[in-house]
Amino acid sequence: MEKRIVKKGIRVLLARLGLDAHWRGSIVVAHALRDAGMEVIYIGNQMPKEIVETAIQEDVDIIGLSSLSGNHMILAPEVVKRLREKGTQEIPVVLGGTVPPDDIPILKEAGISGIFGPGSSLKEIIQFISALGKK
Amino acid sequence: MPFLGESIEETVQKILAGDRRTSGRLITRLEDGDDWGKEIMKRLFPRTGRSMTLGLTGAGGSGKSSLLNHLIERFRKMGKTVGVIAVDPSSPFSGGAFLGDRIRIQHHTRDDKVYIRSMASRGYLGGLARATTEALRVMEAMGFDVVMVETLGAGQDEIDVIRLVQTCLLVITPGMGDEIQALKAGIMEIGDIFVLNKSDLDGSIQVLRSIEATLSLKPGQEGEWKPKVISTVATSGEGIDDLMEGIMAHQDYLHNNDAMERAAFQRVEQELGLIFRDELERVIFKGLKGTGKKRRYIRSIIDGKSDPYTVIEEILETFLKER
Ligand SMILES: Nc1nc2c(ncn2[C@@H]2O[C@H](COP(=O)(O)OP(=O)(O)OP(=O)(O)O)[C@@H](O)[C@H]2O)c(=O)[nH]1
Ligand SMILES: [Mg+2]
Repeated sequence: MEKRIVKKGIRVLLARLGLDAHWRGSIVVAHALRDAGMEVIYIGNQMPKEIVETAIQEDVDIIGLSSLSGNHMILAPEVVKRLREKGTQEIPVVLGGTVPPDDIPILKEAGISGIFGPGSSLKEIIQFISALGKK
Repeated sequence: MPFLGESIEETVQKILAGDRRTSGRLITRLEDGDDWGKEIMKRLFPRTGRSMTLGLTGAGGSGKSSLLNHLIERFRKMGKTVGVIAVDPSSPFSGGAFLGDRIRIQHHTRDDKVYIRSMASRGYLGGLARATTEALRVMEAMGFDVVMVETLGAGQDEIDVIRLVQTCLLVITPGMGDEIQALKAGIMEIGDIFVLNKSDLDGSIQVLRSIEATLSLKPGQEGEWKPKVISTVATSGEGIDDLMEGIMAHQDYLHNNDAMERAAFQRVEQELGLIFRDELERVIFKGLKGTGKKRRYIRSIIDGKSDPYTVIEEILETFLKER
């Protein structure tokens, strides 16, 4: 029998890191991703452990993190580390928010696939995520 | 090609052992409709049908997810493991979806006896996604004691869930008085339990009366389940005890009659129809693919030389002859 393997909607998990109190940015991104045809699971403020568990339950193609309170240097690499521990390191992690340029190489080194600091356009973010999701 | 780099047998064993990574991926495959998913479902099917299944349906924003949150908590306190499927609508324009149910129940992610899957409807009608039926089977095979399904809340067409689950909760809110009038004819069939949520709001007494009056119109058969109306405030937790009591009473009713068997029969009947339509369409359109026939048929309809009915008759006849 012929087998078909088809991949349809790109599933994206969006979370705000830790206790980050700024929510507008991530909601705007969530809606933009939906309008670009993706299925977005938005879970608000979460710690790395729950983010990774949710990514597994929801079988997402990408994890998007938002951080506007400077906690990204600890929590974003923690998400990558936990993905590795669970054997699900193939799920790419993208970070957006107030990330100073100096932090970018360190975060990339830690396994974050894409970083979108202040001034990044929605269009850039969408293009990057949809390219990642189609892999 | 193997499934996730494993044999079908390995995949099946992992699902039966409750492996979340594997089941998550399987559900995605089922959503996308590939054949491996189907092969695995064949093997899982005999291990399904043993969970308690609940459905929550009702208009958008009526409080389904908030109620679900309480129900998960209650079942967990009883020591039951819980699976949840939450369906939200896909945008008809972009095909994308904002799956927002999960955020209301997200804190249960810390509990390793709870498993939650969000699904986009992808244009499927009836309040569910096409693969919700299969996802429910997967969760049953994983061994969850209770599996709950939240339908998308668009209007009043969320009816598929009634036959999918054993106990169906229809969530209504005050201010829906007019809609209840409109629903009257069909309302009896939709819910085993009517949950009047947001009963902290004005007008709840009137709506309660109105539902009770409607329900009392039905000449209940001897020994038949009489739908209950239960008032709740999901934000404060008021009425959740009563709701749990109602759910358990309905489950008792099902177990003490041949009603459970009837429920199982209706469920499989619906499933069979669904899978049959899906497969037939798939097989037939696969036969047309690459032949240019589909395009020609469409053109002939546009050009007024044929019509959809004649075309379908022709396609079916050819298909049946070839068999
Ligand atoms: N006043 C009041 N508000 C409530 C009650 N239950 C839920 N809400 C609020 O109603 C809103 C919608 O609640 P949800 O639980 O998301 O409703 P839903 O039916 O799951 O919504 P959809 O999934 O979008 O169809 C939220 O703002 C809740 O806080 C209640 O009993 N009383
Ligand atoms: Mg909801």
